[in-house]
Amino acid sequence: MPVITLREALNEALHLEMARDPRVIVLGEDVSGGAGGTSGQRDAAGGIFGVTKGLIHKFGDGRVIDTPISESCIIGAANGAALAGLRPVAELMFADFVGVAMDQIFNQAAKFRYMFGGKARTPLVIRMSFGAGMNCAAQHSQTIYPFMTAVPGLKVVVPSNPYDAKGLLLTAIRDDDPVVFFEHKALYSRKGEVPDGDYMIPFGEAALVREGEHATIVALGRMVPFAEKALEKLNAEGITCDLIDPRTTSPLDEETILESVSNTGRLVVVDESPPRCSVASDIAAIVAQKGFRDLKAPIEIVTAPHTPVPFARELERAYVPGPAQIEAAVRKVLKDG
Amino acid sequence: MQLNRDALLQAYRRMRTIREFEERLHIENRTGEIAGFTHLYAGQEAVAVGVCEHLTDKDWIASTHRGHGHCIAKGCDVGGMMKEIYGRADGLCKGKGGSMHIADLDKGMLGANAIVGGGPPIAVGAAIAAKLAGEGHVAVSFTGDGGSNQGTVLEALNMAAVLKVPKIFVFENNGYSEHTGASYALAGQDLGRRVEGFGIPVFRADGFDFFSVYEAMRQALEVSRTGGGPACVYATCTRYFGHFEGDPQNYRAKGEVEKFRDESDCLKGFRARVTEAGLIDAATLDAIDAEVLAEIDTATNDAKSAAPPVPADVLTDVYISY
Ligand SMILES: Cc1ncc(C[n+]2csc(CCOP(=O)(O)OP(=O)(O)O)c2C)c(N)n1
Ligand SMILES: [Mg+2]
Repeated sequence: MPVITLREALNEALHLEMARDPRVIVLGEDVSGGAGGTSGQRDAAGGIFGVTKGLIHKFGDGRVIDTPISESCIIGAANGAALAGLRPVAELMFADFVGVAMDQIFNQAAKFRYMFGGKARTPLVIRMSFGAGMNCAAQHSQTIYPFMTAVPGLKVVVPSNPYDAKGLLLTAIRDDDPVVFFEHKALYSRKGEVPDGDYMIPFGEAALVREGEHATIVALGRMVPFAEKALEKLNAEGITCDLIDPRTTSPLDEETILESVSNTGRLVVVDESPPRCSVASDIAAIVAQKGFRDLKAPIEIVTAPHTPVPFARELERAYVPGPAQIEAAVRKVLKDG
Repeated sequence: MQLNRDALLQAYRRMRTIREFEERLHIENRTGEIAGFTHLYAGQEAVAVGVCEHLTDKDWIASTHRGHGHCIAKGCDVGGMMKEIYGRADGLCKGKGGSMHIADLDKGMLGANAIVGGGPPIAVGAAIAAKLAGEGHVAVSFTGDGGSNQGTVLEALNMAAVLKVPKIFVFENNGYSEHTGASYALAGQDLGRRVEGFGIPVFRADGFDFFSVYEAMRQALEVSRTGGGPACVYATCTRYFGHFEGDPQNYRAKGEVEKFRDESDCLKGFRARVTEAGLIDAATLDAIDAEVLAEIDTATNDAKSAAPPVPADVLTDVYISY
């Protein structure tokens, strides 16, 4: 099987689906780039992280649309295009910019179907890079899938590896509901085996990344490779864990998590966002409510602190949860109870 | 020209400081020591300085992601800025913000801003405060050609006009927003006419020429400082470096920047103008150049050797009380 990066996997999915379905359009800032430039070269960017590279040459500027810096209208236009029968994939360069587009996401896209009594179909994907780790500071580094997850009407995807990224993006584009698709910028260059052709990964089905017996770790996005790293160390001492990657936070595969906890009795949830109203606290609450009798120890959550993302390397390193904290949390749930 | 010799010398020094600061960062960036995004302002110095030379610490400015020039022009400490960009504990924002978030409220500097279009509404609020204080101060926002397409900017234009607040919108059209040309993304092309549509007077300036910007800003202030509400300075210019450090600039014709550097450079133009008019001799300007170079050298070396923040600092400064 070919080994490619997560960036390339997403790019493949976009190429495949645009070729297969003429209703798919891509829009955002610099998704091609070079329009109005003096070199005459289109695709000067191909998306600032290179995810949309090459699309304009194959599908033209009618379907690969460079927009002005107008996030509110990018998402609004994607909403309207979706209602009118297209299948837009809108890109926000950085997840932080949803701040500018929030109304169109959570008052409009998320609610059309419900407000219109089930009549609307909004097959929209909003892709965005997220996460800390590249010293992009407080307005370019946030992990904001918790508050998207909290909105009824939105589906939320957080892939952790190239294989999942491609399959989940194909599912997202073919899904008839609005999907918010989070791409961790520190994972774009993560490599993995990815089949050439078309395949879909269903929403609401977690991946069991590692099997073990002593505890359950649930992790998302970049926290998955970090948990794998922590496990390498723990495995050497004979400690094994289930490592579950939910892959979508809405819908959430509660069943896989609860079943694992019923076997291990111990749970660590790892989430890069701040702790309050996070996916970590959400999953912890679900397990406390529905799996209470299976628990042998208090649940541990490993998250960023309740602060904005700092700039300096030393501070950002202290901010982002890492393998060491995950390891410590596993040891804690094993010791307790 | 109503600038006396000292004012001219100060304007030249500020422009030169911005230039050397950015040229040095461009070099230092290659060492990998500087983290995150750095957007350099070199080429546009005449705009920041032409505007800010009219302002005092009691006037406000709201800047952009490309904020170093605005900061220096508004009087932010160069050493503290350099340390901030290097992420040091005693940087201007304790290493918490970095290049895109340099701020110094004591200098009336409301912050660089990593959200395009974030600044103008904030400056409207500062202008409301200035209006209520009634001391004749103003608030200024800087916005690029790309930022001018953001809804927040259009809202700020309208609201400033409705409220008749002392707010100056400075638009810097450097021809590009990231990898996209203004000739593509800016409907109507002439941003000034767009602003005039809000009933706001627009003073156009050659952004390569300090004197042109200075004069446009003088006229804008004549409106805003005297109760006339908002005004706009619209300057056309270019940036000498990529959008951010590391940008391959595939969208730009080869030789485009070199031509601007040769033919339109604001520092060269300033020099020629003041020496030919016999206002300042070249040796005096050379001496300023040398002093500025030394200052930037010191700032860079100090920043490199300064202590980084300690991990516990992550938790401070979130709230005033909690
Ligand atoms: C809300 C938001 N959208 C997009 C970006 C990404 N971005 C940063 S700078 C920039 C281009 C800005 O162009 P312009 O306003 O012309 O300023 P210039 O870079 O030319 O100084 C873009 C798209 C951002 N930081 N914030
Ligand atoms: Mg620009």
